[in-house]
Amino acid sequence: MNLLKGRSARAAAGFAGAAALLFAVAPLLLSDFRLGLLAKYLCTAMVAVGICLAWGRGGLLTLGQGVFFGLGGYAMAMHLKIADAGPGNLPDFMQLYGTATELPWWWQPFANPLFALAATVLLPMAVAAILGSFIFRRRVKGAYFAILSQALAAAFAIWLIGQQATTGGTNGLTDIQGFFGYALDDPVNQRMVYFVIAAALLLLIALARQLVHSRYGELLVAVRDSEERVRFLGYNPANVKLVAYVVAAGMAGLAGALFVPAVGIISPAMIGIVPSIEFVIGAAVGGRASLVGAVLGAVGVAWAKTALSEEFPAAWTYFQGLLFIVALAFLPGGLASLVGLVRRRMASQATDSEETKPVVPVGEAA
Amino acid sequence: MTELAGLEIRQLRVSFDGFTAVDGVDLDVHPGDLRFLIGPNGAGKTTLVDAVTGLVRAEGSVLFGGDELLGRSVHRIARSGIGRTFQTATVFEELTVLQNLDIAAGAGRGMWTMLRRRRTVPESVARTLETVGLTELADSPAGTLAHGQKQWLEIGMLLVQDVRLLLLDEPVAGMSHDERQATGELLQRISEERTVVVIEHDMDFMRSFARSVSVLHAGKVLSEGTVAEVQADPQVQEVYLGHTAAEATADVTVQEA
Repeated sequence: MNLLKGRSARAAAGFAGAAALLFAVAPLLLSDFRLGLLAKYLCTAMVAVGICLAWGRGGLLTLGQGVFFGLGGYAMAMHLKIADAGPGNLPDFMQLYGTATELPWWWQPFANPLFALAATVLLPMAVAAILGSFIFRRRVKGAYFAILSQALAAAFAIWLIGQQATTGGTNGLTDIQGFFGYALDDPVNQRMVYFVIAAALLLLIALARQLVHSRYGELLVAVRDSEERVRFLGYNPANVKLVAYVVAAGMAGLAGALFVPAVGIISPAMIGIVPSIEFVIGAAVGGRASLVGAVLGAVGVAWAKTALSEEFPAAWTYFQGLLFIVALAFLPGGLASLVGLVRRRMASQATDSEETKPVVPVGEAA
Repeated sequence: MTELAGLEIRQLRVSFDGFTAVDGVDLDVHPGDLRFLIGPNGAGKTTLVDAVTGLVRAEGSVLFGGDELLGRSVHRIARSGIGRTFQTATVFEELTVLQNLDIAAGAGRGMWTMLRRRRTVPESVARTLETVGLTELADSPAGTLAHGQKQWLEIGMLLVQDVRLLLLDEPVAGMSHDERQATGELLQRISEERTVVVIEHDMDFMRSFARSVSVLHAGKVLSEGTVAEVQADPQVQEVYLGHTAAEATADVTVQEA
C-alpha cells in the first residue's frame, strides 16, 4: 500500500502548490485586468473537470456542456439582474424590449438568493438527469451521443435568442453591476470573485479526484471500455454513465454561475455550439483522462485564445481547429500522456541500471 | 455458497430476419452438471447462450432454479446468478486484475461503498485470485496478461460474481495443452459447487472433462447423454463426430509418423 500513500502524498503536495499559485503568486504578479482574465479561464477549467470525468473516464463525448454552463450562468445572472433593478423594478432590458409590467412567473423565484444559488447547480443537474436517463436507457452512445448533445446546445442558444423580452435575446443578460451586495466595478470585489472561483475550482478537482479513485471511478472506466461486459456482471451501465453526466453538468453549471460576476455578462454566444466545443478542446489538448491535464489544458487553451486573438484575430479559429485535430489524432491522451511516457521511461531506465523491482506505472497523474 | 440451480429450456426459438438460428430447443442441465454443448459452426450454440443471458430476443421458456428468464434485461438475468464469457476474452484491459475482480464482485454494492476507495482486498476476491492462479499478477493491468490468463481472469470474475450457472464460450480456444489441462481441472472443481455449461470445439478437451454432452445441429438438439452415449449415436457420427473423428485419427497418424 506504499503506492497508495505515495500517491496521496503527491496529490496533497499538488493541491498545496496549486493553492499557493492561485491564492498568492497570481494575485501578486498579475494586474487586475489579467487576474480578471484568469478568473474567466478558471471557469473554463471547472467545466473541464466535469468533461474529464464524463469523457475521459466515462467515454461520453459531451459536446454540449454549454447547455449546463448556460443554465448555471443564466440562473445566476437572473438573480443579479433582479437585485440590480431593486425591489419593485424590472431589469433594464425588460423595460426596453418588453411589454410586461411585472416579472415573468419563471423569473420570480430567482429573486430569492438562496433559490438562485441552489438553482445554478441543481437546475443543470436535474436537466442532465432527465436527458441522460432517456439517452442512456435508449443506449445512444459514441458519435450519436456527441451529435445529440451538440444539437441540444444549439437548440438552447436558439431558444434564448428567440425570447428577447424575457432573456435579453442575442444580447443576453448584460451589464451586471452587483454580486450579493458587492459592487463589481470595485477591483477589491473583483479580486474576491477571483478567489471564490479559485477555491471552487480546487474543490471541484478534489471532488472529481475522490470519484476517479473510488470504486465508482473504476466501474466508470470499465463501462467506458466494455459496456456489454459490465452489463453481464449485473450492473446497469446506463446508471453508471448517468452519474458522471449529471456530476459534469453540475460542475459546468457552477462554472457558468461564477463566470457571470467575473465577466459581467452571459449571452447565447457563450453557451452555443462553438463555446461547447471549446470546452472540450482544452480538456483534449491537456489530456482528457487526467484531471491535472484537463485543467491545465483548459486554462492554457483559453489563455492562448486571448493571447493569439489579440495578435491575429482571424487566425485563432483555424489554429484552434488544428489543435483539436492534432491532439485527437496523434496524442489521444493529450499532453498528460507525455508526462506518463517520460515517467515510465525513467522508471524502466532505473530498473535497467539497478535491476530493482519494476515500478508499476500509475495510470494517471492527479 | 448459494444452493445449486439447474437450467430448464423448453421450445426455445430465436430467429433473425427469417433465419431461425435456434429452432425449438429443449435442454435440461441438472444442478451441478458440467455440460458440454458441441456442434458444427452455425449450429446455434452461441445464440442459445445469448438467448439465455438476455442478449437476443427469444420465444419459448427458460427456467433457472424455477424462475423464468426470458423477457428480463441482461443485467437482471446476471443478478439472478448467471454469468457468461465470450469467445474473445473481454476483460477491462486498463484496469488491474484486482480491479477487474473487485468490479465483478460488486454488483450489489450500495452507493456509499461505491463512492469510497477500495482499502482492502475483499475476501472472495483474494480466494478467487488463488483459485485461478493470478495472485502474483493482482496489480498488473489486465491488458498485459497472456491469452490463457485472460480466460482464467474471466472465469474468476464469474466466481466472485458468485453465479450459480457459468456459461463459457470456448474457454480453451488458443490455449496450450498444459493450459487446457489446468482449465479443465479448474472447471471440474468449480462444477462441484456450481452448474457449468461449456461451448467447445475441442473434442479431446470435451472427452477428458465433460460430465454430459448435448449435440446441436441446425438449431436443434441432435443428441444428448454421456460422452460415450453421444459418440455412439449414429446421427452424431454422421453430422459431426464422423468427420471430426476421421480428422482426429489423421492428426494422431501424423503425430505418430
